[in-house]
Amino acid sequence: MLWLALRLPLLPLEIFTRGAAMSGPLAAVTSSATNAEIVVCNQEARRHGIAAGMSVAAAQALASSLRIFARDVTAERAALERVAAWSLQFTPTISIATSTEVLLEVAGSLSLFGGLNRLWTDVEQKAIAMGYTTFIAGAPTPLAAQLFARAGLSPRIRHYDALRLSLEQLPASVLELSVTSRNVLQDIGIRTLGECLKLPRDGLARRTGKELLDQLDRALGHIPDPRPAFTPPENFKAALPLPAPVARAEVLLFASRRLITELCGLLAATGKGVQRLEFSLSHEDGDDTRFALDLMAASRDPAHLTNVLRERLARLALPSPAIVMTLQSGMLLPLASSSLSFLPDDREQAASFVQLVERLRARLGHNSVQGFDTLADHRPECAWSTGEPGWESVTPMKWPPSARPLWLLDPPRPLLEIVEIPQYEGPLTLMTRPECIESGWWDGNDVRREYFVACNPAQSLLWIYRESRKNGGWYLHGFFS
Amino acid sequence: MQSLDAVLNHPAIWRGNDCARVAIPSIPTGFPELDAALPGGGWPAAVLTEIYAERPGIGELQLLMPAAARLTRAGHWIMLIAPPHIPYAPAFVAHGLRLPRLVLVRTSNAEESFWACEQALRYQGCGAVLAWIDRAPERALKRLQLAAEAGSAAALLFRSARVIPASPAALRLHIGRLQNRTVVRVLKRRGSDLAAPIVLDLTSSPATPTDARRTNHDVCLLETAP
Repeated sequence: MLWLALRLPLLPLEIFTRGAAMSGPLAAVTSSATNAEIVVCNQEARRHGIAAGMSVAAAQALASSLRIFARDVTAERAALERVAAWSLQFTPTISIATSTEVLLEVAGSLSLFGGLNRLWTDVEQKAIAMGYTTFIAGAPTPLAAQLFARAGLSPRIRHYDALRLSLEQLPASVLELSVTSRNVLQDIGIRTLGECLKLPRDGLARRTGKELLDQLDRALGHIPDPRPAFTPPENFKAALPLPAPVARAEVLLFASRRLITELCGLLAATGKGVQRLEFSLSHEDGDDTRFALDLMAASRDPAHLTNVLRERLARLALPSPAIVMTLQSGMLLPLASSSLSFLPDDREQAASFVQLVERLRARLGHNSVQGFDTLADHRPECAWSTGEPGWESVTPMKWPPSARPLWLLDPPRPLLEIVEIPQYEGPLTLMTRPECIESGWWDGNDVRREYFVACNPAQSLLWIYRESRKNGGWYLHGFFS
Repeated sequence: MQSLDAVLNHPAIWRGNDCARVAIPSIPTGFPELDAALPGGGWPAAVLTEIYAERPGIGELQLLMPAAARLTRAGHWIMLIAPPHIPYAPAFVAHGLRLPRLVLVRTSNAEESFWACEQALRYQGCGAVLAWIDRAPERALKRLQLAAEAGSAAALLFRSARVIPASPAALRLHIGRLQNRTVVRVLKRRGSDLAAPIVLDLTSSPATPTDARRTNHDVCLLETAP
C-alpha cells in the first residue's frame, strides 16, 4: 500500500481566489461578524505577521490592504469533493479524510504513470492548474501520510521500516487530540511522536484515553485503518466565485480553465466525455448570462475544450460585470480512451477534424459550418440539403437527368425582358431545349417552370427558367461556373 | 557548341525560359494543358493561389472540379469558405465529388473568413480550402500564405477581377472567356512568366450542358416563346 495525502491548507481561502490571479495579503475568516477570527491566510499576509486565530480587527491593524473572505463551509466541502473526483484519474481508491485532506492509494497506479516521481509531479501540476496550493506526502499507511502532510513535509516513504524513523521526528501537535490529552502531553513535556512512543503504553492509555494510542498504532500500521471509498458524482456542476467582478469576457478564460481541469479529471477517471457544457455567469443585478458549448463528439481533452471556449468567449457580450461562473456538464457519455501510436492514424485525424469544426462553430455559430447532400426532388431548390459535416445520406440518389449548375441562386433573380428576350448583361441566347419541371403540388411549394441553359454576350453560361404559371417572366437560377 | 550544351545540361543551371521544375507537392488539375503551365504540375499544395474570374459563369469553379473529385475520393476534406452562392450539391455529385467530404462555412465578414481559412489551412486533413474573399488586405494574405505553408492543403482564393492588386500569393491566375472557351492566364507563378494564355474547352467535361457545344448556327433561338 502506498497512500498519498493531498492536503489543501488554503482551501477556505482559495475557493474564493482561484478564479483570478491575485496578489496582496488575503485571508479567510470565520464569519462576516465583527468578532470573526482568521481561519487561514496566504503567505503575503503571514509576512505581515497575520496568523490563524487572530481577530479580524487585529489583522487589519497589521495590514491595512488585507482582503478578507467570509468562510463558506458548504462550498469548501463541494470543492473538496470535486478535488476527490478529479483525483480519481490517478487511482480508483480515493477517500476524503478531513475537511482539507484527500487520500489517494496509488500502489497499483505506479507502473501506469511511470513511477512514483512522475505520478507525483503529475498530481502536483494538475493541482496547480486547478488553482490550489497543495502539500503531498506519501506513506504506507493513510494516517501517516496525513500526519506528514499536516506537518508540511512531503516524504515519499515506501516501507514500514523507514516509516517509524520518520514519524518519530514529527511534532505531537499533528495528532488530532482532545484539549485534555493535548494538555497532558504538554504538561509531561512530550513534544514529538518519538517521545510518545517511548512512554509505557498502559500509563499513556490511562492518562490520555485510547485516542492517542489508537492514532499512533494506525499511523504505524499496527492496527487496520479502513477508509470509506469516495464515489464519483453522476455529473459535474461547479460554481467559481470571481474575486473581482469581470467585465470582459476574455478574462473569464482563466477562471474557466480551473473548472475545465476539474471536469476533465473526473472524465478521465470515469472513462467518459462531455458533448455539452453549460456555462452560466451571475451578475450583481439582472439575469444570469447563459451560454452552452455543443460539441460534435464527446471529448475530455482540456486543451481542446479550452480552445473551443476561447472562441465562444470572444463573441460573448456581458451586460454587466460577472461575479460567479458556473459550469455544468451535460450528460457524461462513455468515451473510450485512445491507445498510443507511433503514426497518426485515421481515428486521430477524424478527431482533429471534429476539433476544427468545433472551433469554427464556437466562433461563427453552430449553423455556419455544415455539410451538404443531395435529396431526391425534382425542384432544383429542394434537391439539396444541409447537415452535419461528414454526414452521408443513406440512399444516394440517381443523378443527373440533365445539366445542373455549380452555383444556385437563392432566391432566383428576376430577369429583365426586352422584346420577349431575357437580358443579363445583354440579351441571352438559349442553348438547350426546355427542361420542364412541374412538381411539388403536395406541399404547397409547387413549381411549373421551363429551364434553359443560356449564354449572354460576355459568354457566361447561365441557368434560367421561364415561369409557366400566371404571371410568367424569366428568372436566373444559377451559374455554370 | 558541344561544350556549351554540356554546361547548360548541368542541373545547377537554370534557364529563364523554363518553367521551374521544382518538386512542389501538387494536385493534378485534370487538364493537361494547365498542368504543364503550373510549376508543380497541378494545383500547388501548401501554397496560396489566387484566382481572378472575370465574371461568374465562365468555368472558374469547373476548373477545380477534377482535382476536387480526386481529393474527396482520397478522403481529404474540402472546405468552402464564404461562397457567393449556394454550392449546388447535385452538380458537385455529377462532377464526381464525394459530398460528405465537403464542408460549407458561412461567415458574416471578411475578418471571419480569413480566420476560418487560417484554421482550416492549419489542419492537416484538409485537401483544399476554397475561399471567396473580395477585399483582402496584403497583411491578411501574407498570414494566409503562412498558414498555407504550415498545412498541406491547397489554398485557393477566389477574387473578382475588377482590380488585380499586388499580392504575396505564390500563384495567381486570371480566368476569362473567349469564343466559348475558358482562357486561363498565369499572372504570377514561381519560375518564369508565361506568355501564352491557356485555352481550355471545359464543355467536354461532365455535367456541363452538352448542347452548349453547338456552334452558333444551330442554337435554338427563342422559338418557344409564347
